[in-house]
Amino acid sequence: MADLDKPLLSVRDLAVEFQQPGGSVRALESISIDLRPGRVLGVVGESGCGKSVTARAILRILDRNGSITAGKVTLDPATATPTDLTALGAQSPEMREVRGGRIGLIFQEPMAALSMQYTVGNQLMEAIRVHRDPGKAVARQRAINLLREVGIPRPESRVDAYPFQLSGGLRQRVGIALALAAEPDILIADEPTTALDVTTQAQILALLRRLQTDKKIALMLITHDMGVIAQMADDVAVMYLGRIIEYAPVGEVFGAPRHPYTRSLLRSVPSMLAKPRSRLATIGGAVPQPNARPKGCPFHPRCPDMIVGRCDTIAPAPVPPGSVGASCFLVEDAAA
Amino acid sequence: MLMYIARRLALAVVTCVAISVLTFIIIRLPPGDFVDAYIANLASTGSNITADQAQAMRVEYGLDRPVYIQYTLWISRVVGGDFGVSMMWRRPVTEVIGDRLWLTMIVSLSALFLTWIIALPIGIYSAVRQYSIGDYFFTMVGFIGLAIPNFLLALILMYLGFRYLGLSVGGLFSAEYAQAPWSFAKAWDLFKHIPLPACVLALAGTAHQIRIMRANLLDELRKPYVITARAKGIPERRVIMKYPVRAALNPFASSIAYVFPYLVSGSIIVSLVLGLPTVGPLLLQALVAQDMFLAGTIVLLLGVMTVVGTLISDLLLMWIEPRLRLTGHS
Repeated sequence: MADLDKPLLSVRDLAVEFQQPGGSVRALESISIDLRPGRVLGVVGESGCGKSVTARAILRILDRNGSITAGKVTLDPATATPTDLTALGAQSPEMREVRGGRIGLIFQEPMAALSMQYTVGNQLMEAIRVHRDPGKAVARQRAINLLREVGIPRPESRVDAYPFQLSGGLRQRVGIALALAAEPDILIADEPTTALDVTTQAQILALLRRLQTDKKIALMLITHDMGVIAQMADDVAVMYLGRIIEYAPVGEVFGAPRHPYTRSLLRSVPSMLAKPRSRLATIGGAVPQPNARPKGCPFHPRCPDMIVGRCDTIAPAPVPPGSVGASCFLVEDAAA
Repeated sequence: MLMYIARRLALAVVTCVAISVLTFIIIRLPPGDFVDAYIANLASTGSNITADQAQAMRVEYGLDRPVYIQYTLWISRVVGGDFGVSMMWRRPVTEVIGDRLWLTMIVSLSALFLTWIIALPIGIYSAVRQYSIGDYFFTMVGFIGLAIPNFLLALILMYLGFRYLGLSVGGLFSAEYAQAPWSFAKAWDLFKHIPLPACVLALAGTAHQIRIMRANLLDELRKPYVITARAKGIPERRVIMKYPVRAALNPFASSIAYVFPYLVSGSIIVSLVLGLPTVGPLLLQALVAQDMFLAGTIVLLLGVMTVVGTLISDLLLMWIEPRLRLTGHS
């Protein structure tokens, strides 16, 4: 039994850049997170803030023009045999063993994330057999069991169905089964419910919650939905423009948000208690293009509490790895 | 599924009938008829025939009767396997076309397979290594291949083959086999003559297919299911070959429909230059001479080939694309 306090995966000061025709673009900067067994880390932020890039960088499946320029991704950091994934070749057998075998990935679009040309069983059995091949017959039985485990009715016949014959909710369940196929102890779910309708969303989240608790899985849940975070996460990392600007337990994020951006995000969540026909708060301005990053704190052009001459000249220090806090001068000043 | 195939077959037959009507109309479109062309031809060599003789010829070929009767007569014989007599060659059309059809198919299919064997791997490489030096190299070579007219390439290759390799160029047979009956030696002689025309015919097509494969695969490579496959821990080569390449092959299956007739008719100029005894040059001569039955048969043949090609590509698509197979129609 894994020690619940010791992380299974530690990311430290991870930076990722993409080479583009106009020069290189920094997509991630000083990302530090810990994934612990049986706990859920919610990663929240607007589109394009680097949530998905973080997931892909960890698995070393960035697009060909992307590369990790700094930092470490350590698997089993608390054990006698830690592995730095950034030191492995992206195509090395060791790295492939980690993909699927140690870290499973669940995708946003169940429609596009499964190949329409192979049966559910074919894709599941492939994921089972690539790591520890138990033979075709056993793999098929395991595939059926997996489908049952993720709550798919009539798994014996569904195993031979093609993904396009299943509804969106069932497809996402197949996606989860796929991620669980080689029994990883870490799961990264990249917007797993965004493409689903609300009822199905609730079912999928409940399923994820159940699997994660039963199997003591360390879950990294990427979403832009504060509601999903409130429901699922133990800890929260709020991302903005490739940085983690706040890292805290879920209660603190909702009860006492530190960073102005977190506060703005929370204000822009629709509430049942709001006065009818009142305007929903929005965050002024738009997310800057990654290749036109503002000088200083990346959030300063949109920040209601911006300190002229300070926030727009130097960037505040990132949240120290493994601790709770926000990357903001207001927070630093309050603490001093 | 069987219903679907049956429906497609029935439609194919209807299409073929429509094609035969159109074919006939098209052949009859140019002013005048075979006899006019024949007289003009004779006149240019100094001799001529009387009006009675001309009328007798028209009666002989049925050209004096209304068009729809001509069509009915023609098509009823075609259904019975009699394609009429070539007016120009004064021999049955089947005899005139004869071996040419099979030789055309052999040359064309060799060219097609050569195209795919070269184009698919290069297309895959170019897409997976987009903007690499290799990609740029093949792109450049491909565009040069597209830009050079086939007949020019045929001439250059003929010259090079003759000058430096001592190949017997032109035609599909060496002189001693040209009129000889089929034998193992003749087949071997044909086999030795295939590469040059196949290369010439394949080259432009290859460039085209490389671009298609590259573009298809680039689209597929961006799709999330590729990342899913990678995230499973499958080796990259298998990820690429099993998922996006398979999906990118679909358009190739559809292209078989028009590739078939193109291979037969598209090679006219090359066939003329290389002196290939294929159907292409024959069609050209028949059209010039307004040899109705010969031209009609060849055009009809091309039309039927298109229909058959479409049918084959539909069945192929159903085989490789489960979504089509299981939902029954496209």
